[in-house]
Amino acid sequence: MTKFSLLALAALAAPAAAQVKLNGAGATFPNIIYQDWMLTYNQSHSDAQLNYQSIGSGGGIRQFSDGTVDFGATDAPMKDSAIAAINGNVLHIPTVLGGDVPTYNLPDVKATLKFTPDVLADIFLGKLTKWSDARIASANPGVKLPDADIVVVHRSDGSGTTFIWTDYLSKVSPEWEQKVGRGPSVNWPVGLGGKGNEGVTATVKQTPGAIGYVELGYAMANQLPAGSVRNKAGKFIAASLESITAAAAGAMKDMGPTTDFRVSITNPDGDAAYPVASFTWFLLHRQYDDAAKAAALVKFVWWAETQGQARAAPLGYAPLPKQLGPWIEVRLKSITAGGKSVWTTAAR
Amino acid sequence: MDDGSPVAPDRPALVGRNAVDRLYRAALTGLALSLPLLLVALLAELVASAWPAITRFGVRFLWTSVWDPVAGVFGAAPMIFGTLASSLLALLFAVPLALGVAIYLTEFSPKWLRQPVAFLVELLAAIPSVVYGLWGIFVLIPFLRGYVVPPLRGVLGWTPFLQGVFYGNSLLAGGVILAIMIVPYIAAVSREVLLAVPSSQREAALGMGATRWEAVWTAVVPYGRAGLIGAVILGLGRALGETMAVTMLIGNRHDIGLSVLQPAYTMAAAVANEFSEATTNLYLSALFEVGLILFVVTVVVNALARLMIWRVARGTAVGSRAL
Repeated sequence: MTKFSLLALAALAAPAAAQVKLNGAGATFPNIIYQDWMLTYNQSHSDAQLNYQSIGSGGGIRQFSDGTVDFGATDAPMKDSAIAAINGNVLHIPTVLGGDVPTYNLPDVKATLKFTPDVLADIFLGKLTKWSDARIASANPGVKLPDADIVVVHRSDGSGTTFIWTDYLSKVSPEWEQKVGRGPSVNWPVGLGGKGNEGVTATVKQTPGAIGYVELGYAMANQLPAGSVRNKAGKFIAASLESITAAAAGAMKDMGPTTDFRVSITNPDGDAAYPVASFTWFLLHRQYDDAAKAAALVKFVWWAETQGQARAAPLGYAPLPKQLGPWIEVRLKSITAGGKSVWTTAAR
Repeated sequence: MDDGSPVAPDRPALVGRNAVDRLYRAALTGLALSLPLLLVALLAELVASAWPAITRFGVRFLWTSVWDPVAGVFGAAPMIFGTLASSLLALLFAVPLALGVAIYLTEFSPKWLRQPVAFLVELLAAIPSVVYGLWGIFVLIPFLRGYVVPPLRGVLGWTPFLQGVFYGNSLLAGGVILAIMIVPYIAAVSREVLLAVPSSQREAALGMGATRWEAVWTAVVPYGRAGLIGAVILGLGRALGETMAVTMLIGNRHDIGLSVLQPAYTMAAAVANEFSEATTNLYLSALFEVGLILFVVTVVVNALARLMIWRVARGTAVGSRAL
């Protein structure tokens, strides 16, 4: 019986044997561009059938670690303990960049507000509670700030957006790092929780004096007021796709061809760098069992890292800095199946 | 099935003499058992998945308030509190409204109005909860902020229930939206219960000289009280598990406070919010334990309700029939 059905299945699958099926799962933030990449890639490469499910970074890491998907995707890099649990058989490959912007509801303030790192940290720590505070005013000369209470709004669901935001606050504020820390969800000292970018936005819009953070692409698409943030070089920078790519470029001086890409690029060097930015990653195995699968996957990822980058900006994602390409190439070349690199068959 | 299985003596016709009958009986038994088995499987899976958190935090999980995914410290007290508080608040608003609707429709309304109003009330149940959530954010919260909370504060502001700054997203907003969502359930079941009260009850009361009002309160409602309690419990069960609309309005804050103007959190909202990005095993396990507690709370509430109905239903027929 079983044998028979297996044979029947094999017979059914035979005509499609030339096509490799690649399944991935993970982060929701890059879902739009991943779907776009797969669709576009398939138009010119019918030999691979790609499927990506945006179930969240946590789920992506779990399914990748359990081996139920061929590749994962995450907004927050895997912890050392999680990597040790799968014997280090993972590569983080950056795909695009995202950033967070502070958005606020002050109907009478027309100018774009400027935020210093310490002001942002103290607002989210609940230590700075009035918009009229002298520290906000000194960064915003000429802006008439109301004597209103600051209402903090954060994400209630775990998200890469929160990871970037708390990673940034951890870097600029020792107190934040010690009391709260970084993660896709944290123990917020103050504030209201909204579900998703849309939940935070709705709560900010409905609450006078509110401040929250949303993902840049979402803020651009919905034309939300977004404050500029003072970077490490001391310049107030408005978030844009360019200033986020500049953040990655600024952080690259600390990287090399062999560095782990699980690197945080918040608060980087560079005059034009917007400081609240991060990579989002594909998770690939270092060793695969199935050579055909591995070759097809590496081929797709390399396509995404090269031709695919041009599709990022129109969809609201910041492309990777060009200098990163050769380093990613080195990494993809190191992926093996059965002890042999799959790159030779992959690259064309 | 086993041929030697005991035979129900009062139903000899159902006892299988031929293969088809036995097959039929086996199939039905299987179907009947599958749901309880599913429940047991669900419970087992919840316990197994929650086990790391259960062993790590023990019973402390139930009364500690820190929920820190970064440090790996979890306590569910604020969520348990928020779930119960928002649901009870919802009952406080919904029960008088729903019973009023049901009594009006069965006892006082003109005949031509009954069906349209009943239909419209029941239509409320068909609205997706995310729509309630959006409506809550854009209509209910501004309304509460502008017209309800200030006068309420004016009168009852000295009580501990109305302290603190009102941001909008709060226990109150969550409770009100839940109330609106459970009214159709309570109203629909209550209406059926009241319709099932025999007219002889009303006629007897009216014949003794009672007014319409008195007849309703002394004869009709007491007769159907078991069924009415059942209706309320049905609403409560729904309120306890409601997720989307509540998470959009309650503020999602791990906090316990008496004030209904403060943000709170519910168990269902926490699981829905945090499940997909729970990156560590302990975190995931803690969320499973929250799910387990919600499961247990729901079962306990329903069991208490059964007990209550069973106690008041002695001597009345409507209650058991309506359920």
